[in-house]
Amino acid sequence: MMEIRRIKTPLEDRVIEELKSGEKVFLSGYIYTARDAAHKRFVDTLNERKTLPFDLEHQVIYYCGPSPSPPGKVIGACGPTTSSRMDLYAPQLISLGLKGMIGKGKRSQSVKDSMKQYKAIYFGATGGAGALLSKSVTSSEIIAYEDLGPEAVVKLGVKNLPLFVINDIYGNDLYEMGMLQYKK
Amino acid sequence: MREVHVDDIISALEGLFIDANINLSDNVFDALEKAIEEEASPVGKEVLRELIKNANIAKEEKIPICQDTGLAVTFIEVGQDVHIYGGGLIDAVNEGVRRAYKKGYLRKSCCDPFSRKNTGDNTPAIIHTKIVPGERVKIVVLPKGGGSENYGEVRMLVPSQGKEGMKSFVLEMVTKGGPNPCPPIIVGVGIGGNFETSALLSKEALMVPLGKRNEDPSIAALELELLEEINRSGIGPQGYGGTLTALDAHVKMMPCHIASFPVAVNIQCHAHRIKEAII
Repeated sequence: MMEIRRIKTPLEDRVIEELKSGEKVFLSGYIYTARDAAHKRFVDTLNERKTLPFDLEHQVIYYCGPSPSPPGKVIGACGPTTSSRMDLYAPQLISLGLKGMIGKGKRSQSVKDSMKQYKAIYFGATGGAGALLSKSVTSSEIIAYEDLGPEAVVKLGVKNLPLFVINDIYGNDLYEMGMLQYKK
Repeated sequence: MREVHVDDIISALEGLFIDANINLSDNVFDALEKAIEEEASPVGKEVLRELIKNANIAKEEKIPICQDTGLAVTFIEVGQDVHIYGGGLIDAVNEGVRRAYKKGYLRKSCCDPFSRKNTGDNTPAIIHTKIVPGERVKIVVLPKGGGSENYGEVRMLVPSQGKEGMKSFVLEMVTKGGPNPCPPIIVGVGIGGNFETSALLSKEALMVPLGKRNEDPSIAALELELLEEINRSGIGPQGYGGTLTALDAHVKMMPCHIASFPVAVNIQCHAHRIKEAII
């Protein structure tokens, strides 16, 4: 078993500074789901100089569109979606105080540069492990864009959400490091 | 002539899509367990352990293995001595899908390509039918997520590129996908036929049980060669680095035009959901 660091939201800089690519962490606190359609609305809202549905400062966005909650359950399966679809929008949100993103798959160079510049972390949740991840969700509340269905913005209360640090603030990338180590 | 009412087809479809999305088949579960032993990377092993835990939780809690419960890919073989009555076959499949995705609390992931407006009930299903001898109806469902499907491609290679050209195309696609299609992946390769049959062959290749080799020994050898080269890429479980990038690689081949060399690659994620029923 791997050693696991426990962290919480809001994400503070001193915690972010300690995180290294390849580490497993358990995240607790509140996070916000958003996929491409919600990101497009965030950016449109900012361009119109209006306020976002939640304050980005020190917060974490989860790239996720859960399956519907069955009766008696807080949420359905809720694994990550491919992060690269949000690459176009992420740097602007990071510059406004977003400190963490959870998803799967590689990020663009401009997102990585923004993470370094503004001290933000990219976490990987295990893709296709939506049932396991749902066990860490303690509350779920739609806070914006309900018309988007599975793409609405949901505030999730999480306890010990299992994640891996993919990009840390020192320019390390678990995808590149891992592949280099095991390529034959 | 055997009579089959569409209601039997509707309820079969409803049951199959719920079952496939919640209960990972033994064939895939066993392959993931074996993968934990084989994987060299500690992070990779940890990811695979999460996947085993995930499959168990989905089964116990009756929730989907993955929130992307896919487009409803359905293959139907209709015996030529069967008379389907009570309505249309295609309508029956779509009705079964509609009911499964509602009753099973499965995510509706089907939308208009331009406006991106959700169709609301995960229809239309992707339906492939085949007329075969006999008096049975065989239904195979393969709910397929978008993350892995996005890394498929059909390429009309030049015949002189041969086996090496085909292999480098497959490896190019696996590397391009990297962590995005949720490795450990399953790779389906369709070779020959024409533009559209190569794509269909690549999908059918994904439906071959893990560990089962092609009956043609030279194609079986090619499958193992591909698997070995894919696993040398270093991508590993979830792309975090490791020795197990693919659980298997399957090839389906048929003759093609003398001027052509069509090759299609279809990638499946580790949440390989497939179930079948015979009516």
